[in-house]
Amino acid sequence: MSTASHTTDHGHDHDHDHGPARGLSRWILTTNHKDIGTLYLLFSLAMFFVGGAMALVIRAELFEPGLQVVDPHFFNQMTTLHALVMIFGAVMPAFVGLANWLIPMMVGAPDMALPRMNNWSFWIMPFAFTLLLSTLFMPGGGPAGGWTLYPPLVLQTGSAFPFVILAVHMMGASSIMGAINIIATILNLRAPGMTLMKMPLFVWTWLITAFLLIAVMPVLAGTVTMLLTDKFFGTSFFNAAGGGDPVMFQHIFWFFGHPEVYIMILPAFGVISQIIPTFARKPLFGYASMVYATASIAFLSFIVWAHHMFTVGMPLAGELFFMYATMLIAVPTGVKVFNWVSTMWRGAMTFETPMLFAIAFVILFTIGGFSGLMLAIAPADFQYHDTYFVVAHFHYVLVPGAVFSIMAAAYYWLPKWTGHMYNEKLGKLHFWLSVIGVNVLFFPQHFLGLAGMPRRIPDYALQFTEFNMVSTVGAFLFGFSQLFFLYNVIQTIRGGAKATDQVWEGAEGLEWTLSSPPPYHTFTTAPEIK
Amino acid sequence: MTHAEHAPDHYYVPTQSHWPIIATISLFTLMLGGATLLNGGSSTLLLTGFALILITMFGWFGTVVRESEKGLYSDQMDRSFRWGMGWFIFSEVMFFAAFFGALFYARTYSVPWLGGETSHGVLTHGLLWSGYEAAWPTNGPSDIGGFFAPMHPWGLPAINTLILLSSGATLTWAHWGLIEQNRPQLLKGLAATVALGVLFLSLQAYEYAHAYHALHLTLGSGIYGSTFFMLTGFHGLHVTIGAIILAVMLFRSLAGHFTPQRHFAFEAAAWYWHFVDVVWLGLFIFVYWL
Ligand code: HEM
Ligand SMILES: [Cu+2]
Repeated sequence: MSTASHTTDHGHDHDHDHGPARGLSRWILTTNHKDIGTLYLLFSLAMFFVGGAMALVIRAELFEPGLQVVDPHFFNQMTTLHALVMIFGAVMPAFVGLANWLIPMMVGAPDMALPRMNNWSFWIMPFAFTLLLSTLFMPGGGPAGGWTLYPPLVLQTGSAFPFVILAVHMMGASSIMGAINIIATILNLRAPGMTLMKMPLFVWTWLITAFLLIAVMPVLAGTVTMLLTDKFFGTSFFNAAGGGDPVMFQHIFWFFGHPEVYIMILPAFGVISQIIPTFARKPLFGYASMVYATASIAFLSFIVWAHHMFTVGMPLAGELFFMYATMLIAVPTGVKVFNWVSTMWRGAMTFETPMLFAIAFVILFTIGGFSGLMLAIAPADFQYHDTYFVVAHFHYVLVPGAVFSIMAAAYYWLPKWTGHMYNEKLGKLHFWLSVIGVNVLFFPQHFLGLAGMPRRIPDYALQFTEFNMVSTVGAFLFGFSQLFFLYNVIQTIRGGAKATDQVWEGAEGLEWTLSSPPPYHTFTTAPEIK
Repeated sequence: MTHAEHAPDHYYVPTQSHWPIIATISLFTLMLGGATLLNGGSSTLLLTGFALILITMFGWFGTVVRESEKGLYSDQMDRSFRWGMGWFIFSEVMFFAAFFGALFYARTYSVPWLGGETSHGVLTHGLLWSGYEAAWPTNGPSDIGGFFAPMHPWGLPAINTLILLSSGATLTWAHWGLIEQNRPQLLKGLAATVALGVLFLSLQAYEYAHAYHALHLTLGSGIYGSTFFMLTGFHGLHVTIGAIILAVMLFRSLAGHFTPQRHFAFEAAAWYWHFVDVVWLGLFIFVYWL
């Protein structure tokens, strides 16, 4: 070790002496998994509010039939960007942030396997979103053809088009590098004795998620590249006149798109599987079956993509295959729900905020799973496709599913990260407002969809008014309740009652053996695993 | 090769570096420049971004090479690099898979359907293009890009296949040289591999010129031109990158880097080259031949 710039060099006796660098450069140059985790989480929080504001524009416009708040083109930009921001900017980075903070601590590693690439993965994100969101101010506005980017519609986008495609490329690069880092960390940096089947479930679900990411993000990159060349270089991938097919885009897109939804839910399964045992004060029921269920879900997610395309025109054999394959996913998913419930069965339960969010997750995610099952029935989907029923379905799995799990994780590990307890009363208030808000917001959308209200439309027939009004009220309730979360997080970072090392009475795992907050460099030597 | 100051039970964590943030800014400049150019703007930003990326690569890889030569990296770090490279190559495989998927889909579904096969094509075929007969290669019912002749597999493409396959062999030979500490064999093998790579690229450039001028086969020649040029083009790009990496390995070998025990950079380059090789076999079979 010869150069003078060794800020993270560790000698023998002063392992924990090296704190972080000071000022802004700490955050820009950091290779520390905790710093990078924090950056990811804060970025995700910011995007959650940006995407949330867009959602409120959508719901404000849909409060009444007719056009009142925004013009239809802007409405379409909002639906498109809301989805892109929430998926790539809020949910995915939140889980990567959790992975960064937790996986090294959970497996007894000193840091992520490739710390510099880790910095790169993060910092690409704000720049990618600058590119994406700048399109709102361009001639022709932002992308407005839906987050699924279907041609030929998306090819009519104005100046925004290449910006959107290249922003997607950047996000993809970031995700792939993040995933490679996570896989390498899990496979290579586990402390001696931390066998695969001893890993906490959060680590397992992330291992499998990282595999999914590396497998499908390049496919997204490939297909958006085809869009780009179709628009600018005269190729005919999605042009029937040249022998291509717009439907081909849908196949390639959903080959990415369906695994992508599991990328957003598997880490959530992991979080919930950490939290429920703690507050039920019982070990997780069926650990091994959880691992196998996660792996089966990941496998199945590669062979169900065309359930998004039942109405587009497919041979009958295709419709049947994708229908049954999709239904099969309900089996491993059911195993998981069963295991969570069994973990709680006869447990000595307490209901702190993380547990409340986790229980709401189990119930409300299951509702989303059931509506998914309804959509999986091809003949029924002919009716539901592109209606608000689909919107209700994916919001149940994504908001009280993925997002609630992120909230639960934030409350659960915040004391560990900051060394302070959050305000429990405020947390509970946030929970109850959120859980009521989210159901008022999304439950009526099932009825709207079954009654035939199409999605991605700024105006609607009169008979849909009441349910839309209810839904909008729920949206504003849910949206503004998140300010309590923001306030609580800020207050917890700044101060509060000291957290103990274990924080939660029933918490088990390596991260709870460390001080709260843990030292800047956690394990400089490998910990003992029992 | 654990450094003396490193107690073996201590983890090694690389130090902080400026390169990642410089890489981010370079990438951003490149993307911003690309989008600007596509929208009809100037190419300055794109070229700047490109230059920045090159500087970043020199700087970042240079740092890593220096650190590695100092023996800073532990065995564990070495394994992390291995996992990293392996999964990176897997992601590249999936990128090509998207384009192969497009080729297979067009050949098995969209083109036959446009020709009226099965109930799917009946309407499109009957209403829009009843005169179209499905065949491969095709530029579609509207004859997009005009008449063209397809690329014949048993001329240059077959020679290129031989070239790439032999380059795989010379590279393995070089690797044996490295392991057996036979320096001349290492250097000769690497130089031959790079030379074969360059030869491959020159022949491909010639083939492209031939396609555009003599065969009237262009990127705009319907679905055949699209899949042909995008697949072979991305492959060619990867050969270029691979050849540059191997050239760097050659210079490093000349500089006396690598030991029979520790030469992961060389192995990574070799993995990458073999991956590019395998992709070519897929291309030769499915794009040129069948
Ligand atoms: C039992 C499990 C599930 C089944 C059977 C299922 C089934 C389906 C089906 C059939 C559709 C297509 C509906 C249509 O467009 O007509 C759909 C859409 C969707 N699902 Fe699920 N799903 C399940 C779980 C999930 C999960 C866990 C997530 C995400 C965390 C998710 C997210 C989505 C999204 C985002 C869409 C809509 C995409 C779009 O068109 O914009 N689903 N689901
Ligand atoms: Cu799906």
